[in-house]
Amino acid sequence: MSGLQIIFILVAAVTLFSALMVVTVRRMMHAALWLVLALFGVAVMFATLQASFFAVIQVLVYIGAIAILIIFSIMLTQRVLETSGEQIIRNWWLPALVALVLFGLLASALSLWRGFGEQLVELPAGVENIPALGKALVDPAGYAIPFEVASVLLLAALIGAIYVAIDRKEKAK
Amino acid sequence: MTFWSDPFTVVQQWFNNLLATIGFGPIGVRIVGMLVGIVILAVGPMLFTIFLIWVERKVISRIQDRIGPNRVGPFGLFQPFADMVKIFIKEHITPRGADWLPYNLAPVLAVAAVLMVWAVIPFTVTFFGVDLNVGVLFIIAVGSLGEMGIILAGWGSNNKYALLAMFRSVAQLISYEIPLVLCSLVPVMLAGSLNLNDIVKAQEPWFIVTAPATAIIFFIVSLAEIGRAPFDLAEAESEIVSGFNIEYSGLKFGMFYVAEFLHTFTVALIFATLFLGGWRGPGAEQYPILGFVYYFIKVGVVYFLLMLVDGTLPRLRIDQMMNLNWKTLTPISLAVLVVFPLVDKLMAGSPTWLRVLALAGSNLLVLVIGERIGTRRLARAPAEVGSRDRPVARPENVLSQPDSGAR
Amino acid sequence: MLSHWLYIGVFILVALFLPAAAISIAAILAPKKPNALKDTTYECGMETVGPSWAQFKVQYYVYPLFFLIFDVEAVLLFPWAVAYNQLALYGVIEAIIFVLILLGGLIYAWRKGALEWR
Repeated sequence: MSGLQIIFILVAAVTLFSALMVVTVRRMMHAALWLVLALFGVAVMFATLQASFFAVIQVLVYIGAIAILIIFSIMLTQRVLETSGEQIIRNWWLPALVALVLFGLLASALSLWRGFGEQLVELPAGVENIPALGKALVDPAGYAIPFEVASVLLLAALIGAIYVAIDRKEKAK
Repeated sequence: MTFWSDPFTVVQQWFNNLLATIGFGPIGVRIVGMLVGIVILAVGPMLFTIFLIWVERKVISRIQDRIGPNRVGPFGLFQPFADMVKIFIKEHITPRGADWLPYNLAPVLAVAAVLMVWAVIPFTVTFFGVDLNVGVLFIIAVGSLGEMGIILAGWGSNNKYALLAMFRSVAQLISYEIPLVLCSLVPVMLAGSLNLNDIVKAQEPWFIVTAPATAIIFFIVSLAEIGRAPFDLAEAESEIVSGFNIEYSGLKFGMFYVAEFLHTFTVALIFATLFLGGWRGPGAEQYPILGFVYYFIKVGVVYFLLMLVDGTLPRLRIDQMMNLNWKTLTPISLAVLVVFPLVDKLMAGSPTWLRVLALAGSNLLVLVIGERIGTRRLARAPAEVGSRDRPVARPENVLSQPDSGAR
Repeated sequence: MLSHWLYIGVFILVALFLPAAAISIAAILAPKKPNALKDTTYECGMETVGPSWAQFKVQYYVYPLFFLIFDVEAVLLFPWAVAYNQLALYGVIEAIIFVLILLGGLIYAWRKGALEWR
């Protein structure tokens, strides 16, 4: 059992436990904080896969923006310091069964991949893939069109946010 | 390479030899060396904060035309030790109903977020924590972890004033993170790498010469990120009863205090690395100790500038702060991102000095135009505070008018 | 590169451990005299009234939302900035179009009054 496997098992256990806590704790704020831990666990996994760029982007965008947005929206729309009551629905075993079946299907599909049983190969220190990513993003034969479409998508989200801001202001007056 | 030209490598080799003679294998030597390095880089800043507190108090007091601490020890040098002892032995009063884990994790996270930046900064050619290939983004990402610390503090205190102050503080930090990220794109563009070592090595003319407007905006945004005047609304004692750390006492409050002082110095470190050429200077490659000295001189200058601005400028109101960010700094940063690469690519073939001149010129032009537009906007529509029909107490109507504002 | 992240991981643990250890030492050294009045939450010296909740101010939601959008934009620009020196003019033009679209969005938000702090 190499060190990397031990780290992976630990981090995966923490992430899965945090994800479980997100859906079962009583106070919404606690759920948001467990979510932050789960997202951080995913960032650590990116780091073990040597995708450094994605590890820091995960922390920067998910924890630094999305988790803060979720926490703010929880705090602003609830009596956040009170408990929300029982969080577990009655027939919780049925969705759990469906999730387990789905996991089994995904795992068996992944096991057909040729790299499934292989050890992770450490990239040599000089290998830099971020410039390649950057070139691919603007290459017309690469991802240039999705790049521009992404900006239009962000513009759409911006306009939606503006609409939310204006609408609420009218109601608040 | 003698001891005096490169003490870091000499000490490291001596230490490795010592471990090898004790009997560690090569992997053990590496691991122990790594641990010792980590402990030095983590404990060093915390001990250095003691000195920083003294420097800050002396400089701010001189700016305010007074002497500052001068009783405890020569020139008040032992004052921070006295403060430390006092903070250590104060009682930790936990408010009733506070959630235990967020309440106690918040100061730890606040300090840890600042300490982690020290791991990736190159102090000289041979002395740095780790040569991370995404250094710039790592620094910004741990800033986000610091914001989580503030959220935990505000929420874990079970106090609506702490909550409100936390909202304002996080809104300020988040808003100013956009120009920070956009401005840190410019050194990355010029150096072609996110690695801080590469950015330092690529600063043939320092980046403050090539992109002065970006450096100015980065400086202003860093002031906002560390919560210093004119952006210190979140910690002003007279507003929102001094912020999200109301319910903290003893060393927990001391940790927030330490985090703030250390954050100021860390921001000076980052600015000196990104824009002032880091450890670069005459002879720094052959004699790394010279690079170390140059670096700390630059950092000291930036730190002094930060304190100077802190002691001089009055506080901005929250809406002025937000307007400054969203209507001035962010559009200017985006405009710089449009103009700068265009000019750079158009001048790709010309000699270096011409290119640098064109880049600096275009940068300053964007800043000046943006500032002109901003000033015209402000002159056209002065910000209205509150509503027009707010009752105002005047001496002649205090007792006679019903809505004069007097109870 | 794995050793880099191992270093960072251990650094995070040490950086979290140090303040925690300091606070624990201080908690041992400090006096512990809880009394009911000291433990109440602070409200300018008065008794607290009502449960703690925050008034809904839409700006507290809108600013993080705008931040998220511009943050994602900056994140998409970072690989481009790293590859910048190896790109031709058209690569730069594409990124400029990207930035201009979002600058347009910002100006639209400005004109619509979504950036005002009420």
